[in-house]
Amino acid sequence: MCLGVPGKIVSIEELAGFRVAEVDIAGTTRKVSLDMLPEAKVGDYVLVHAGYAMQVIDEQAAQETLNYLEQIEWSD
Amino acid sequence: MVRLIDEFRRPELLIPLLERIRQFDDRNYAFMEVCGTHTVSISRFGIRNAVPKNIRLLSGPGCPVCVTSQEDIDRAIELATLPNVILATFGDMMKVPGTRSSLAKEKAKGADIRVCYSTREALEIAEQNPSKEVIFYGVGFETTAPTVAFSVLEAKKRNIKNYSVFSVHKLVPPALRALLNSGEVKLDGFILPGHVSVVIGLKAYQFLADEYQMPGVVSGFEPLDILQTIEMLLKQVKSGQARIENQYRRTVTFEGNVHAQKAMEEVFKVVDADWRGIGTIPESGLTINEKYEEFDASKRFETKVDYSIEPPNCSCGDVLRGVKLPFDCKLFGKGCTPEHPVGPCMVSSEGACAAYYRYDRFINAEA
Amino acid sequence: MKEEIILLAHGSGGTLMHKLIEKQIVPVIGKEKLLQLDDAAEIEIQKTRLAFTTDSYTVKPIFFKGGDIGRLAVSGTVNDLAMKGAIPIALSLSLIIEEGFKLDDLERILKSIAETAEAAGVEIVTGDTKVVEKGSADMIFINTSGVGIIPQERKLSGSHARPGDAVIISGTIGDHGIAVINERENLGLQIPIESDVQPLNDLVNHLFTAIPAEAVHVLRDPTRGGLATTLNEIASQSNVVIRIEEEKIPIKDEVKGACEILGYDPLYVANEGKMVAIVDPDYAEAALKALKEHEKGKDAALIGFVEKVETKPAVFVKTILGTSRFLTMLTGEQFPRIC
Repeated sequence: MCLGVPGKIVSIEELAGFRVAEVDIAGTTRKVSLDMLPEAKVGDYVLVHAGYAMQVIDEQAAQETLNYLEQIEWSD
Repeated sequence: MVRLIDEFRRPELLIPLLERIRQFDDRNYAFMEVCGTHTVSISRFGIRNAVPKNIRLLSGPGCPVCVTSQEDIDRAIELATLPNVILATFGDMMKVPGTRSSLAKEKAKGADIRVCYSTREALEIAEQNPSKEVIFYGVGFETTAPTVAFSVLEAKKRNIKNYSVFSVHKLVPPALRALLNSGEVKLDGFILPGHVSVVIGLKAYQFLADEYQMPGVVSGFEPLDILQTIEMLLKQVKSGQARIENQYRRTVTFEGNVHAQKAMEEVFKVVDADWRGIGTIPESGLTINEKYEEFDASKRFETKVDYSIEPPNCSCGDVLRGVKLPFDCKLFGKGCTPEHPVGPCMVSSEGACAAYYRYDRFINAEA
Repeated sequence: MKEEIILLAHGSGGTLMHKLIEKQIVPVIGKEKLLQLDDAAEIEIQKTRLAFTTDSYTVKPIFFKGGDIGRLAVSGTVNDLAMKGAIPIALSLSLIIEEGFKLDDLERILKSIAETAEAAGVEIVTGDTKVVEKGSADMIFINTSGVGIIPQERKLSGSHARPGDAVIISGTIGDHGIAVINERENLGLQIPIESDVQPLNDLVNHLFTAIPAEAVHVLRDPTRGGLATTLNEIASQSNVVIRIEEEKIPIKDEVKGACEILGYDPLYVANEGKMVAIVDPDYAEAALKALKEHEKGKDAALIGFVEKVETKPAVFVKTILGTSRFLTMLTGEQFPRIC
């Protein structure tokens, strides 16, 4: 449930003691809270929901999902 | 970014996968998704009609807007019309009809209601309007509840005194349990929510397999994700397995997001909650706990809501439990349409009725 | 079931607005002409076909990336005339200004109006200015009315789509609506999209140089309510089915991304510099070529076809899976959502 979009962390700053990232989502940027992802760093792709970064997207896992589907053999 | 979305919509990957599903076998299968965004994806990409007729994709109580009780809807409207209050809400709730009015109607009549994309904006509004009381209408499952929890933590740390939350947040796993306990619908497996699972992790669903022998696959939202999930479920059922699998591996982990879980535990307490159409589900709702009481709008503001009645003939409850399809509701498309919605399943952009009305209505007329 | 009050949704271009117009406004004041519901009305005066249209502009914010309310006011009315095939001749300009509005801003808007009118080759010949008390108008409201002359051989109307016709869009969709949304507070987004607001009469004329006039059946600009609403209007007026392919619709990546964030469907987002052209299929390729060689039509695409109606007029979208789904009109407003 819930709209979550992938975006890339472009920069991180501290605002009033809270870590906030500037995230680029297909060209649109917005400030996103890193409260839930204290270990996120610049360059990470993160899932953004309601102004918060929820998870770092595992690009390799993403590629593996695509690869698996590309290599589909006709099974029984 | 868009790469991570478009890649999962490539027809050259989708078509062969769809073919495999079509050729799987002729047994009847019923899979239920419990996430509004899955409901919309399945309808919008035509997945419901693309899979063969023997595979039924049912919609469950996955739309947090749809399962908000009439009383909670009415209470939010009451709060919005209190003097000196700014009600901050996600856009999803604006058009939901309460017993007497809706947030959209109250806004038209002059109530200060602001649509926000995030609690962050609501905190900003609170700071910019120190003489007003900002109440955030906290609707959503475990994806959204942590963002609200963090906003309370931030308000406390920054000493923002005019911010509070009216929490009607709900939890998904107890709802799944209640659905299975009721035994109303025969299911072969669950398409499990993608983003709720980012927070609660795969571990939260283990009970489905252990206690109910029910297969479940956590799914992403793109057509490729959903089709792959369906294939994974088919394989499990055919081989008599019942496991919790993860199709959305690029984002969901076994443990989930620990920071989010901790924030929810810190700010909320779990209570019994009233789910529209289902009734009271034990330990399925979140309310602000005593430690953060000053941020609990339902304690800070007095409202009297004793007039709530659900609209007659509205079958949202049955639709939410998968017992009826939207088509089976007497009002579907007649008294109840997106421009004149009777129940929340039609007004919410991800309610089953809205999805069916917008995308699936002409299933029979179309190839 | 009557609403007791007018809601914002009544102005959003969707079904509520259509119902307001068709069930409450037209029956009281209209006769035959008003019922045609095309972008501009056609009036015949001594063998000359005159097109006449009016529009009011209340857009907020008044300045946005790629344009402003002034440019919008001229383009919108010029386009309504152009969609009827008319050569725009003259516009009127009516301003309702809120007390306290900055003179600098007014000048900026007027300059924009002048530039856009010049570029469109149309003259502003008459006008009116009113100032109202603070709170009675949101900064500035502009009304423009326009007249134009329709060459005899052009016969355009929303009711002229025929089974077999090709459906073409002149460029990317969703740009204007997203550019404007960008400025809304409480959404905290920086979107690198400019509005596509522009007059299209030159593009229309160029199209008519490339293919015979009788091959062009419908022209319409998908403004409020987006492409989905416009196609539904045409399907209804012509009593046909329109089937388009999702994959073929040109959308900028940034618009797709912004829509994903907000939960919007680009098919319902407003456009102010694009048009739908429904043409004889034998001339589809030539039409497309003509549009693409013009700066304002460079992203034009063939997105679908018109079909015979089976039961009711409707619009269908072929999904990437090859299945068809129904495409409704916009019902109220689109609100940003998180679910």
